[in-house]
Amino acid sequence: MNMKYEIVIGLETHVELSTESKIFCSCGGHSASNEPNDCVCPACSGMPGMLPVMNKRVVELAVTAGLMLNCNINRYTTFDKKNYYYPDLPCAYQITQLNHPICTDGLVSLKTSQGARDIRIKQIHMEEDAGKLVHGGNYSYVDFNRTSVPLIEIVTQPDFRSAEEVVTYLNKLKAMFRSGGISECEEGAMRCDVNISVRPEGSTEFGVRTEIKNMSSFDAIEKAIQYESQRHIDALEYELEELVQETRRFDDASGKTFAMRNKETEADYRYFPDANLMPIVISDEWLEQIKANKPEEVDEKARLYREAGISDKEIDMLIGNNKISKLLDDVVDAGCNAKDAAAWILTDCAGILRKDGKSLAELEITAEQLSYVIKMVDAGNINRGAGKKILIAVVEQGVDPEAYCKEQGFDAKVDTAMIESVIDKVLDQSAQAVEDFKNGKTKAAQAIFGACMRELKGAGDVAIIKEILDKKLNER
Amino acid sequence: MKYYAKTLCENGTIAVDDTILVKGAETAAGSRMLEGFEPLFSAEAVTRLEEKGYKISGKTNVGEFGLDLVGEFSYYGDGELKSAAAELVKSGEVQAALGVDMNGATRRGAALSGVDFLKPTYGTVSRYGVVSCAASGEQLGVYAKNADGVAKVMSVIAGHDDKDGTSLPEKQYEYSVTVPVSGKKVCIIKELAEKADADVLAKLTAFADALKASGVSVEEISCDLFELANTAWEILMCAETCNNVSRYDGVKFGHRAEKYRNIDELYVNSRTEGFNFLTKAVILYGSDVLSKNRYKDCYDKSLRVRRVVAEGIEKILAEYDAILLPATSKAQYEAYDIKEAFGKVFEESVFTAVANLIGIPALSACGVQLMGKQFDESLLLSLAHSVERKGE
Repeated sequence: MNMKYEIVIGLETHVELSTESKIFCSCGGHSASNEPNDCVCPACSGMPGMLPVMNKRVVELAVTAGLMLNCNINRYTTFDKKNYYYPDLPCAYQITQLNHPICTDGLVSLKTSQGARDIRIKQIHMEEDAGKLVHGGNYSYVDFNRTSVPLIEIVTQPDFRSAEEVVTYLNKLKAMFRSGGISECEEGAMRCDVNISVRPEGSTEFGVRTEIKNMSSFDAIEKAIQYESQRHIDALEYELEELVQETRRFDDASGKTFAMRNKETEADYRYFPDANLMPIVISDEWLEQIKANKPEEVDEKARLYREAGISDKEIDMLIGNNKISKLLDDVVDAGCNAKDAAAWILTDCAGILRKDGKSLAELEITAEQLSYVIKMVDAGNINRGAGKKILIAVVEQGVDPEAYCKEQGFDAKVDTAMIESVIDKVLDQSAQAVEDFKNGKTKAAQAIFGACMRELKGAGDVAIIKEILDKKLNER
Repeated sequence: MKYYAKTLCENGTIAVDDTILVKGAETAAGSRMLEGFEPLFSAEAVTRLEEKGYKISGKTNVGEFGLDLVGEFSYYGDGELKSAAAELVKSGEVQAALGVDMNGATRRGAALSGVDFLKPTYGTVSRYGVVSCAASGEQLGVYAKNADGVAKVMSVIAGHDDKDGTSLPEKQYEYSVTVPVSGKKVCIIKELAEKADADVLAKLTAFADALKASGVSVEEISCDLFELANTAWEILMCAETCNNVSRYDGVKFGHRAEKYRNIDELYVNSRTEGFNFLTKAVILYGSDVLSKNRYKDCYDKSLRVRRVVAEGIEKILAEYDAILLPATSKAQYEAYDIKEAFGKVFEESVFTAVANLIGIPALSACGVQLMGKQFDESLLLSLAHSVERKGE
């Protein structure tokens, strides 16, 4: 009793690739299709006479993913057929890679609250997705829009020791693949099978392993790992049930896992080489070309952001969104401060969009527009509040910030003399408030300050206005 | 004889066997399983012929998925032990016919009917639009009355096709019957000649004599690779066929059983009704050799045997320009029960399997068969032409 246990986890992650067309035919637009079976051809619906023809882009994206995960890129790679019957699988086999996967032996380094951990990548292979079944009434309907959508499957060694590590890894993959143009990693485009076992701490033997299939939400994955590892520990501690090697599914509603099939009833998939697809040989030239087109390493980019003083939380948001990090880079190139610009984007712009029920990904602003606003504030021509007001107009209505400033009178030359004259005017008009202030009512100063700000209509730096006002109040 | 499963054009000059797709024309590959299937596109070979002005006369009957001896077990045929396409060509109603050679049925059919069939080098003719069973060795080829007729049609259909990943890069191939044959060396395989009956042996001897008269030297050699090749191809072909016909499940097209209570019964009942006994035997055999326990000793070993055979045949073809061998054991087949078909077919395919296994060209002509080096079709056609000319 009360023995300490170690959780051992290996992951298989399926990621949908961002390609124009499917993996073995020219059907495109599957992610945008609304009607069932409107993105289907004789090839991806399994009709006789059609032959698979390899989509070159899939190879390039798989290699790019392999490079990002520090894998060996295998120059000779082949496809195999995996046989099983299911109505959403039109050929009754899936084309995948068993014997010669495209990438092997990679490494990903993680940092979590438990410290650093290296996760070894066993392999990455390319494969096609299956279709979808829709059940209704007395019938089941088959939708082949997703059949032959290209996937890569990333298989790790059993190197994870906690749910936190798993989720950190998945977030890292997501960020990498988004920034690398490999996958949008939208809802459902990343699916995981989790292999899990527990063993007494210090033991080098593996315990009985179960596999939880097909989860896409990170939240569910975390809960499933917590539930399943506790089930294993309880089984070992109290010997209430015997653990068997089996496949399980996670039920989100109850937060529990349930057995699907065990080792004895596991299908024999009868893998064998696909004779319709010739082995792919990746030449030196091709590999160099793929390397040259690979976007900047995520880690390198994160390091640069960190050096510029951007917070880790902000970096995560930036790395996960290629469009936004590019906007930031462009604004910085235009001469703005990186930390400041990051706040403008991730706090101000995000806030404006949130109010309208939109996400940051929907931000429509150019680097020129944003840098104009930031520079106006930096130069002290307007205060931050006014800057934000302009930003709202740009983000919501797409106005030209320069024209908008003119229209709103933000373009006037702002200097100390101008601010002083406005303050004098306000003080002259607020004799009662000045009197109250002099009698010790500090709140009166607030009201006077507000009146000044209103009169200045956002022009001028707040600190300077405050300083001048204080001086003038005390002089009276 | 019932030539056609479906006629298309009365004055057509090319017949197409029912394992090759013609847009809009029901294509069932001789099987009840594909009853009523109308393809949305034509095979590349058909398209190329139509572009040159040839008209397709119709779809000739074939044995279910081309698995039997010569077409006797077609769901739509009349059970005759003759090839419908070969007989049609012989009758003169069409100039040529297209067929798919997966396990020699086309070459046997041509031999029995006394016409020519060429199974070209693997990868020279697009398999786009072939109802595929054994992708690694099947090739689309041509039946014609003589070698000259074969060469003409082959020159139209051969050449690279982007739609077939196994298609070789060469844009176009030219075939002729005018390669000089005098001085060429041909060998006869002793072990295979011994398997032939007196009628076939007489044809083989006559062919050899005619070659000699044209200045070709003919020698007999011993070689045990053909039995080995036949077993390896039996395993690979059945495995690939089992996999490729698994798409015929009653869900999407073709035959679906009327009675079923769930998806498993839909699969089982549709396939039980849709496939004939021979196809089922091939599926079971193929499924077995691919199973976890058997894969290494059967399928994987066959892949290695394929390399060994290729090297062995290459050695023979380094010494000889072509191999002369029977295409069948008999000049005429007798009716038999489908339950014996699996054994009969793979006994008979000892004459043909090696060409499917290693992708070399094989020409059935004058009731016998020639095999040669990859891309050496024109030499095989020229050798046959020299014999055919003498017979005229």
